[in-house]
Amino acid sequence: MRLVKPRLVVGLVIVSVFFALGFIVPFFAPDDPTGWNTFFRNLPPNEVHIMGTNNLGQDIFWLLTWSIRNSLWIGLTVAGFATVIGVLVGLFSGFMGGAIDRILTLFMDVIIAVPSLPILILISALLGGNGSLVIIAAVLVLFNWPWPGRQARAMSLSLREREFINVAQASGESVPKIIVLEIMPFVIGWALANFINTILVAIAAESGLAIIGLSSLKDATLGTMIYWAMQHQALLLEQWLWILSPILSIMLLFIGLFLVSTGWSDYFATRRGRQ
Amino acid sequence: MHTIRFLASRIATYLLVVWIGVTIVFFVPRFVPGNPVDAMLGKIMSQGTTMDPVLVETMRKTLTQLFGLEGTLWEQYSSFLQRVLITRDFGPSLSYYPTPVSLLIAKALPWSLGLMLTALLISWTLGNLIGLLAGYHNKSIVSKTIETSAMIVYPIPYYIFALLLVILFAYVWPIFPFVFQVSGTPGTWPWMVSVAYNSVLPLMSIVIVSLGWWIISMKAMAIDIKEEDFVQYARYRGASDNTVMVRYVAQTAILPQITVLALSIGGVFGGSLITEILFGFPGMGSLIYKAILGSDYNLMVGAISISIVAVATATLILDLVYPFIDPRIRYN
Repeated sequence: MRLVKPRLVVGLVIVSVFFALGFIVPFFAPDDPTGWNTFFRNLPPNEVHIMGTNNLGQDIFWLLTWSIRNSLWIGLTVAGFATVIGVLVGLFSGFMGGAIDRILTLFMDVIIAVPSLPILILISALLGGNGSLVIIAAVLVLFNWPWPGRQARAMSLSLREREFINVAQASGESVPKIIVLEIMPFVIGWALANFINTILVAIAAESGLAIIGLSSLKDATLGTMIYWAMQHQALLLEQWLWILSPILSIMLLFIGLFLVSTGWSDYFATRRGRQ
Repeated sequence: MHTIRFLASRIATYLLVVWIGVTIVFFVPRFVPGNPVDAMLGKIMSQGTTMDPVLVETMRKTLTQLFGLEGTLWEQYSSFLQRVLITRDFGPSLSYYPTPVSLLIAKALPWSLGLMLTALLISWTLGNLIGLLAGYHNKSIVSKTIETSAMIVYPIPYYIFALLLVILFAYVWPIFPFVFQVSGTPGTWPWMVSVAYNSVLPLMSIVIVSLGWWIISMKAMAIDIKEEDFVQYARYRGASDNTVMVRYVAQTAILPQITVLALSIGGVFGGSLITEILFGFPGMGSLIYKAILGSDYNLMVGAISISIVAVATATLILDLVYPFIDPRIRYN
């Protein structure tokens, strides 16, 4: 118990900082942060531009917050859809049992085993940089829902045998109602940990594509920011803040998300154990 | 009986995975807007010359045929399945014309598998060893420090870590090459040294990150198992500390770690594709990237299909080895 808490707290602090940077701070941006030559180029950090400007004339700090915003947006969307679809399909599969369960389980196992990154690369390559973040997010949902799906199935399989479910069934409750009202409350805590984990997976996949120039190049994300910095020789020009700030942001954000996800599942497990 | 059922279900899943993966690769280009033939024509025309419309039409026909885009959808699909699963013939590559795609893949695949398997072997062995020691002596400060560092590196994607390593060890303190460039004749000693030297950074980026997971999971299991009854009995029996750790705790905890190893192959392979591109490592990742840059449709589809088959096969092989290691499956 003593070990669990600091981990969760540190994670929550890191993640909150990123949410603030991504969803609140961009409102105060003086100008379109992605526009070129908005400011003088290659300025060192000063009072107006706290992280300086790059050689495209963008303010690095505002660009970074805008990139964090878009990356978080992808992560949240993918995680939201994947978790909801996965939990619903998984609960349904486990609750129904029999042939339906066997087919759905096999389907989920197969999707998990198909390597998704090569397929994502193929899709983005064919779209030729004209892809939108929506398409990438949709493909990520397609490949990520079976993880929560399998877990939810295992849970509903064991819950199905419990007394109160039998009572609900005997009293004539419909299957959707039993799943949502009786089984869901047991799954919610775990689903939240999975949700946070999927945010991480989705941001990682998008930034991976972006670094090699295969994400949507119109939008600024943490990955495309790294891509543009590399394309414009940030390393040779020694514009460390331009290239390092998105790299360190991803690392820090991921550490935060990971701490929250594991910290929360530990916390949830101990709390459930005490009940 | 149990073993046979286990093997049959694994092989059936394998075939399904390969089939669905390859089917997705087939259908994606046909549903995504943007025709590979037009892309290639655009690429040729953008090089400056204005061309006779009749000539363009002939070229369109030739390319459609070369890319296997002729005939009904069903004909295309069955010939595609045949090419991926049986003949492994994807036609000629256009950026390396007339080298067949299969030859380019045969050259690149060993590099990718070599990088991935070496990285997995090092990180799995080292990570489980460190995790076991840290879990067995979990009260010590060293053990806690190790776990904290593992938790910090584990969530970072390989390629982000690779970028950091490149900036640190190829720019700031240039002790390793930025771009993979091997010298010497293949097979000779200087060549091997050069390969090893060039592989340090790509290898390190995968090893350090995946090390984190093996340490975390092994440590958690070792802590649980060392409190179990059978381990306590061994202690009361007077078994030495090392015997208890190796014969009882490690042997029990290693089985699930092998299952996870099989499951992790896909993720490691995917991540290392991008790492390869960043370093110019001559494997499948770089091959796919070259195909994308050159609008080389045959090479792109071929390399991606074979990647999927290779990952599934590597996973299957590990799965099939598992019953020989796990006594519970063997003797039942």
